[in-house]
Amino acid sequence: MKTIKPLLREPRVVIAGGFLLLLLLIAIFAPYIAPKDPLEQDLMLGNMPPATSPGAEPGFYLGTDDLGRDVLSRVLYGSRIALTVAFVAASLSAIIGTLMGLAAGWYGGWADRIISRLVDIWMAFPPVLLSVLLVAVLGSGLHSVIAAIVIIDWTRFCRVVRAETMAQAQLDYVMAAETIGFSRSHILWREILPNVAPVLIALFSLEMGIAVIVEAILSFVGLSLSSDIPTWGGMIAQGRQMIHQGWWVFVFPLIALFATVLAFNQLGNGLRKALDPVMRR
Amino acid sequence: MTQPLVAIEGLSAISTRDGGAPVLRDVSLTLEKGEVRGLVGESGAGKSTIAKALLGILPSTVKVTGGFIRFEGRDLLAMPRRELSDIMGRDITLIPQDPQTALNPARRIEAQLTDGLRLKLGMGKGQAHERALQLLDEVQIRNPKRVLAAYPHELSGGMRQRILIASAFALNPKLVVADEPTTALDVTVQKEILRLIRRMQEAHGTAVIFVTHDLGVVAKICDRVTLLYAGKVIEDGATADMLTQPKHIYTSALIAAGPRYDRPNAGLEPVPEAVFRQLRAEIGIAERRV
Repeated sequence: MKTIKPLLREPRVVIAGGFLLLLLLIAIFAPYIAPKDPLEQDLMLGNMPPATSPGAEPGFYLGTDDLGRDVLSRVLYGSRIALTVAFVAASLSAIIGTLMGLAAGWYGGWADRIISRLVDIWMAFPPVLLSVLLVAVLGSGLHSVIAAIVIIDWTRFCRVVRAETMAQAQLDYVMAAETIGFSRSHILWREILPNVAPVLIALFSLEMGIAVIVEAILSFVGLSLSSDIPTWGGMIAQGRQMIHQGWWVFVFPLIALFATVLAFNQLGNGLRKALDPVMRR
Repeated sequence: MTQPLVAIEGLSAISTRDGGAPVLRDVSLTLEKGEVRGLVGESGAGKSTIAKALLGILPSTVKVTGGFIRFEGRDLLAMPRRELSDIMGRDITLIPQDPQTALNPARRIEAQLTDGLRLKLGMGKGQAHERALQLLDEVQIRNPKRVLAAYPHELSGGMRQRILIASAFALNPKLVVADEPTTALDVTVQKEILRLIRRMQEAHGTAVIFVTHDLGVVAKICDRVTLLYAGKVIEDGATADMLTQPKHIYTSALIAAGPRYDRPNAGLEPVPEAVFRQLRAEIGIAERRV
């Protein structure tokens, strides 16, 4: 409980966290919340404007796309893919990157040399191009998108965790644990990891934001999922082609994307700030 | 003749990082049971290296080239790892230097204070908790229940140092290595902590190796002193003798260099360069390192 309190004093954590929690509920209960079936087409109702505009069709609050599908329902459903990718990709990147970073930072020597060189090589690739390339090779689909993000972004965790582990290893409490007679691995997991955790949590939130963006980019270039599954990136791509007939198909998923990524970033930065004074002094 | 608790004999070591530069030169000293011994010297004199060797945590950049460390007659440097880890943390413990970083910020005091009790003595949670309360009482911490549930950042530096002392004495060790435990504290707290270490040491009959660069601290707490320079023992003797009738010119220069509370306006006199020249000539090093 003691660690929760300072988090609630950080406005960014409360606001961004609240928004993301709401988004999570929307994603889970999308079938009950969405006014229409996101896939149902009605060519008679194509390109209807949002509810406030003249000529709007009642019941389609954010208008319809050229196939007559409800934009609001599609944006709501789009959160499912966005959050799934964000969570799974960030988790896997975090696990792989953290394990590598801990090994490099704590054991040093050959482990560190190999892992650090690997990270250096990885960092030399332009990330977006690499992910496009990876998905092109792996084939499109949700799994490939997640794999592409993980393969690229584990280095982000690895670098930060390695540096933080090295910094922690210099502190006297590690020496004290050694003199008590704890094993190297015990000290790593029980003494050092809890002190790396705050940075890790903040980074995890930032990474979820990045994953949402990457997924949208891949959808935008048509490498993510087939077009009958609503994704924000896919909707943006579709809306871009008919932006002169109906701006709403383009703008609303963009707002959803923007707000979600902003929330993840703010939550990450807020967490970093809020967890810091608790954990280190 | 009874066996000394610790006998360091002709210990020499080099730093592999520094192109094989010696860090210890033929160091010998003995420590009796229950004795408080000061290890004094400037940084790089080798006092921390001796402390780390006693604790079995010499960094990989230091290589022992000769000599023994006998603890109750057994050579610590030649001991198999398993036997060594039996002694470390039970018979030989550490009071670390910096109370700000010596406690893990992410763990409660109770967990950290009972680590040794549970690992080395196999105590259960309840038993270890009772013992921890006793220990905190012994180091004069009021409200021990609240302190056990606290995280380190919720406590003051002096409080944390008390906890570290309690932790060092928790298993009734035979030897406590105190690594400059008062350097990071302000002077008023320093005095209390020194008194506390002395009291704990007497109550438990523990020998203490007190690493410091402060002769004032030595005068307050140590029975005997070993003065080191560049890894070599310069002078060794009872504290009172050494501070009043120093045999070596370096010792007297150091004493003169310290603050004189009886003559506050006298100013500080640095150790003259001639003394270092003589030291280097005696030890046989060409230029002043450090």
